[in-house]
Amino acid sequence: MMTDGQLLLSVEDLRVHFASEHGELPAVAGVSFGIRPGKVLALVGESGCGKSVTGYSILRLIQAPGRIVSGRIVLHSRRLGEVDLTALSDTDDRLYRVRGGLVSMVFQEPMSALSPVHRLGDQITEAIRLHRTVTPAEARGLALDLLRRVGVPAPERLFEQYPHEVSGGMRQRVIIATALGGNPELLVADEPTTALDVTTQAQILELIKAFQRGAGGAVLLITHDFGVVAQMADEVAVMYLGRIVEYGRVADILRRPRHPYTQGLLNSLPSLNRPGRLAAIPGVVPSLAAIPAGCAFHPRCPHARPGRCDGGSPPAPGLVEPHHEAACHRAEEIPPWTPAAGEAVD
Amino acid sequence: MAFPPSLPDSGRPPEPTAQPLLRVQGLSKHFPLGRRGLLRGPAGVVRAVDDVSFDLWPGETLGLVGESGSGKTTTARCILRAVAPTAGQVWFRTDGRTVDLARLSARALKPLRPAMQLIFQDPYSSLNPRMTVGQIVGEPLVIHRLARGAELDDRVAEMLLRIGLKPEHRGRYPQAFSGGQRQRIGIARALIMRPSLVVADEAVSALDVSVQAQVLNLLKDLQQEFALTYIFVAHNLDVVRHLCNRVAVMYAGRLVELAATSALFADPKHPYTRALHAAVPRADPDRPMVAGLAGEAADPGHLPPGCAFHPRCPARFALCPQVRPELKVVGDGGAGGPEAGHQVACHLYETADSGPA
Repeated sequence: MMTDGQLLLSVEDLRVHFASEHGELPAVAGVSFGIRPGKVLALVGESGCGKSVTGYSILRLIQAPGRIVSGRIVLHSRRLGEVDLTALSDTDDRLYRVRGGLVSMVFQEPMSALSPVHRLGDQITEAIRLHRTVTPAEARGLALDLLRRVGVPAPERLFEQYPHEVSGGMRQRVIIATALGGNPELLVADEPTTALDVTTQAQILELIKAFQRGAGGAVLLITHDFGVVAQMADEVAVMYLGRIVEYGRVADILRRPRHPYTQGLLNSLPSLNRPGRLAAIPGVVPSLAAIPAGCAFHPRCPHARPGRCDGGSPPAPGLVEPHHEAACHRAEEIPPWTPAAGEAVD
Repeated sequence: MAFPPSLPDSGRPPEPTAQPLLRVQGLSKHFPLGRRGLLRGPAGVVRAVDDVSFDLWPGETLGLVGESGSGKTTTARCILRAVAPTAGQVWFRTDGRTVDLARLSARALKPLRPAMQLIFQDPYSSLNPRMTVGQIVGEPLVIHRLARGAELDDRVAEMLLRIGLKPEHRGRYPQAFSGGQRQRIGIARALIMRPSLVVADEAVSALDVSVQAQVLNLLKDLQQEFALTYIFVAHNLDVVRHLCNRVAVMYAGRLVELAATSALFADPKHPYTRALHAAVPRADPDRPMVAGLAGEAADPGHLPPGCAFHPRCPARFALCPQVRPELKVVGDGGAGGPEAGHQVACHLYETADSGPA
């Protein structure tokens, strides 16, 4: 792992399998990365690549038929010391301190992440009282304060409302306020703005930035949107079929993607530079029950070579420049990817 | 029947030779709000769509954009008469005649249905899981008694091939397919009727980027091949810019701006369009953080007076809460037809001395 300095979280060779009628499906097949305090790491990829399963694993939210098969998820907490989250039993006190406390999660769908039959105020104060020793009145004060911080215009009124009575953006603010209520060191945000309008998305991204800047918190941002990545991330890990295929600083990944899959994703984005037909990646993502041999991307890859890419074990991540890894046999041979001339977008 | 006179606010009338495929005039859809308790009095109406007018030209793709609740989907559904409009006309040209879809009886509408089709957003909930792909794609032909037996089979097979599936996929069920493949099945079901008008309601929003690119390419190819006219309802401005010739921006049930795509993106006029534009994050690490828009979208049940956007508008002035701006052509009005001028509903652009121009 190439990340320098003190890590807040390190994930080492994580493997998560789901039992199915087709056997054990490797949703996460050996993933390693680290997050430093105050930094945002984006996990990017398409449906089924394992990015959400990785995020859920950190909070130990994987349920049967899924299970963490091997690997370590080590939290280097200021408050709790070093703890391997995969080693905690389901009833370990430390797991409760971590989940929703030291590590909080923001979900994609703010409607299903909230209870429809409890007032919003009760849901926030419950989260605060689970993680802090405070009186009900103090919890209420803290909750109102959090709601003000996330830009709720009339927190007292919102306190008495139910989720269905407020907008999607307001619900996502409540989710973020609840997530911040435990004073987390790490925020795992799983597609936090995918269900929102762009104008609201910008407000919610700003809140996550404020958490990172103000509280020095670290963020694992799970997304499929390269626009959001460019705005938010310090580092990026691109996933395909359960593995990280490319990892590096955000500017390097967006300007000089070295893995053909990352290049294909960037080519797929509609842009002024790409009028007419889009250079879509051919074919579909294979099922986890039929992962191609060799490099899993080779059947869709324009640079794949028979005998080189279609057999043996998957390519290991290799350094292509400082702080930039790609898991591709031909990373050093394929022509450099360049955005079309005149990248000025508008 | 001839077309009604041109819209009062569309600048110049279209060329006499050019006829729109669809002319929407004063379209409104109001939903009554239920009373909540005896003492609350009448609850009023939700103006989901309010006085929307535009022309749609043969072969073009018109983007309909706006936030959730802006009325873009309801507008599209009123045009297809999936819901009955409260007021207004929807003139549709088909088989050499022009009919008002808003006024036809369900019975008179049925023979016109094949000509206007809908592609849904969610490829998971829009396909019946208990029907095979062959049944799903062929069902419209069966309902309208347009094909049966071997001809039905042939047309289904041909259409599946055309949208990138194999004829032998006919016997499978939707759950055997990925999201992108399901969306192709939905497209096949719509196009097997050989429609002239296709409404795509957030048709690529639920798809991954690589699949989205494939489906956008497919929609472009099919438009050429079948001479389709699209209304493309979407919230992703990059996708809209890629696919659409013209874009209509809606806010709180009303059209606030309508222009050729290049004009709308190069020179957005309405402050709301500008805000939408500025809020899209770009995959460019050098661009500064995007700017959000303060406040919440207007509640169509309790619209602010005057311009509904004024509480959130950075450029508002005294007139805005008082008078509702009408949609008017600004700048170079341009010719009629699909190149018609840039229209905007905003007091900033009124030539009268009513405000800062």
